Amino acid sequence: MLAFVLKRLALTGLMLFGLVCITFVVSNVAPSDPAALAAGPDATRDMVETIRREYGLDRPLHEQFLRYVAGLLQGDLGRSIVTTRPVSVDLARYFPATLELVLLSMTLGVLLGVPLGMASAVLKNRAPDHLTRFVAVSLVALPAFWFGILLQLLFSVHLEWLPTSGRLDVATPPPPPITGMILFDSAVAGQWATFRDAVSHAVLPALVLSFPCLASILRVNRAEMIEVLSSDYVTAARAHGVPPLRVVCVHALRNAMLPTLAIIGLRWGWMLGSTVLVETVFDWPGIGLYAVSAAIAGDFKPVMGVTLLIGLNFMIANLVVDILYGVLDPRLRTSS
Amino acid sequence: MSTALSRPSFAERHAAALRQARFFAWSFARSPSSMLGLAIVLGFFLLAAFGPWIVPYPADATGAMNLANRLQPPSTAHWFGTDEMGNDLYTRVVLATRTSLWVGLTIVGVATLVGVPLGIAAGYFGGVVRSVIMRLTDVFLSVPGIVLALAIVAALGPGILNGIIALSIVWWPGYVRLVEAKALSLRNEPFVEAARAVGASHARILAVHILPNCASPIIVKASMDMGLAILAAASLGFIGLGAKPPAPEWGAMISVARTYMPNWWWYAVFPGLAIYLTVLGFNLFGDGLRDILDPKSNRG
Repeated sequence: MLAFVLKRLALTGLMLFGLVCITFVVSNVAPSDPAALAAGPDATRDMVETIRREYGLDRPLHEQFLRYVAGLLQGDLGRSIVTTRPVSVDLARYFPATLELVLLSMTLGVLLGVPLGMASAVLKNRAPDHLTRFVAVSLVALPAFWFGILLQLLFSVHLEWLPTSGRLDVATPPPPPITGMILFDSAVAGQWATFRDAVSHAVLPALVLSFPCLASILRVNRAEMIEVLSSDYVTAARAHGVPPLRVVCVHALRNAMLPTLAIIGLRWGWMLGSTVLVETVFDWPGIGLYAVSAAIAGDFKPVMGVTLLIGLNFMIANLVVDILYGVLDPRLRTSS
Repeated sequence: MSTALSRPSFAERHAAALRQARFFAWSFARSPSSMLGLAIVLGFFLLAAFGPWIVPYPADATGAMNLANRLQPPSTAHWFGTDEMGNDLYTRVVLATRTSLWVGLTIVGVATLVGVPLGIAAGYFGGVVRSVIMRLTDVFLSVPGIVLALAIVAALGPGILNGIIALSIVWWPGYVRLVEAKALSLRNEPFVEAARAVGASHARILAVHILPNCASPIIVKASMDMGLAILAAASLGFIGLGAKPPAPEWGAMISVARTYMPNWWWYAVFPGLAIYLTVLGFNLFGDGLRDILDPKSNRG
């Protein structure tokens, strides 16, 4: 088991190094001149050259790469031209908002996806099953950015039930920062008015972000349930007179949950990636919006920082799923 | 009679393959959702082909200005309303179909041309070749595609061509993964061993024995990916890093439309509906193909 974990860890390290190489190459193939960008539009040639020397942009590429890696090892992701702060400081500031959104979406995806998948499996090939499956395909096909706008139109503008964008109303006092996640912080501080306001802001973005995850949880749960429901022990439980609801919710569900857990792990990174779109629509001040505004301004360092952060999350989630599967299914430890 | 000795007809020579094709067509047609997908996909291809001849105001896609008609709600003259330049949105949405399908075909085409040979090589040869190819693939798969594409477009600069380049760069690894597993399981099959035993070259084995047997999952994935690639390109357009107005593109149209919400709702609604229907069509179509070509696979 230890050898298996060590091997997976080594592979993850290798992948991380590969990703660092990609971000370095991408920032260096840029046709625009980073020194000129950093100096600003009014800078003289001398100022640009000074900045070029200061950032080491006049050094040979391999030297720049070593500096880049050495910087990364010390947590130095460079400085954002737009915010003028170090990227690591910006990421620490914006990441909690994204984390909050993704956690909320994940919860929504599981709470909606698991029961719908179960119902679909129990009612296999009947009208509700067809409807649920069609909805699942639709959720994948819906452009998140467009559907977000439609929801804003309906719930914020037309019905006026929910706010359009942001995390809190201007008038709402933010809770004392502990984790940076407003829902958590306000609950801990007992500021329930703030908590309610934060919930009403988070509902729409979390819902839109949860759709692809919801769809895959639904599909996997349905497929898994159908298989489990036709297994011998479920038949045995039924034959022994266990109530039908208990058979489905206890005997079958427990065994169908394992692949669902894997989906949760695998979707983690994808959802962080989708925040790029959802946060843009809802002006949610997380790393997705941060990356997009930087990308539009031609400010690379934040974009690369976000790429590395999301990549790291993605790799760790995959590693955890792999190891958990290795624990649960010893055959996987020796293969490949 | 000379016919008894002449070459058998096409139908006779390919009786088995034709029977198989008829069976595939029959089982595909039995599924309403597959047929719906096929209809939507065909519909959009027809729109792309004949769009310029059926739209009422072809000049509106090239940056014409008609400010007297700006931001008109949907009416009989303008089915989808007009935009901030007074251009007919129905015209622009229909003409953008060609852009989107072309973008989807290019991305999926490049991804299969790069990914499939690499995947076959990795699975068939194994050893060092496989390790190198698969580790490289893992690196590209270690971050969600949309994020890496965003980073690449940020570096290359906005524009539809750069968007296509970025999405192609992030799309090929999926095919390597898919094909590698399949090729790995095929290389020890008796028919491959037999081909090797009679002295067939690696190139011949790969082209004649391995590739055709990998075709089903590739076709299924490619048809699903058409929709997803179109969605991803529209997403880049929405962010403001893809196609630039006045060239009609669905994502970019929604991006501009956002500034005209909520009063001018139709501006965002119709381009988004077009994206949704296209992606839905390709997904349903791909699902239907999977059911007939690759029934054993189960997807999450």
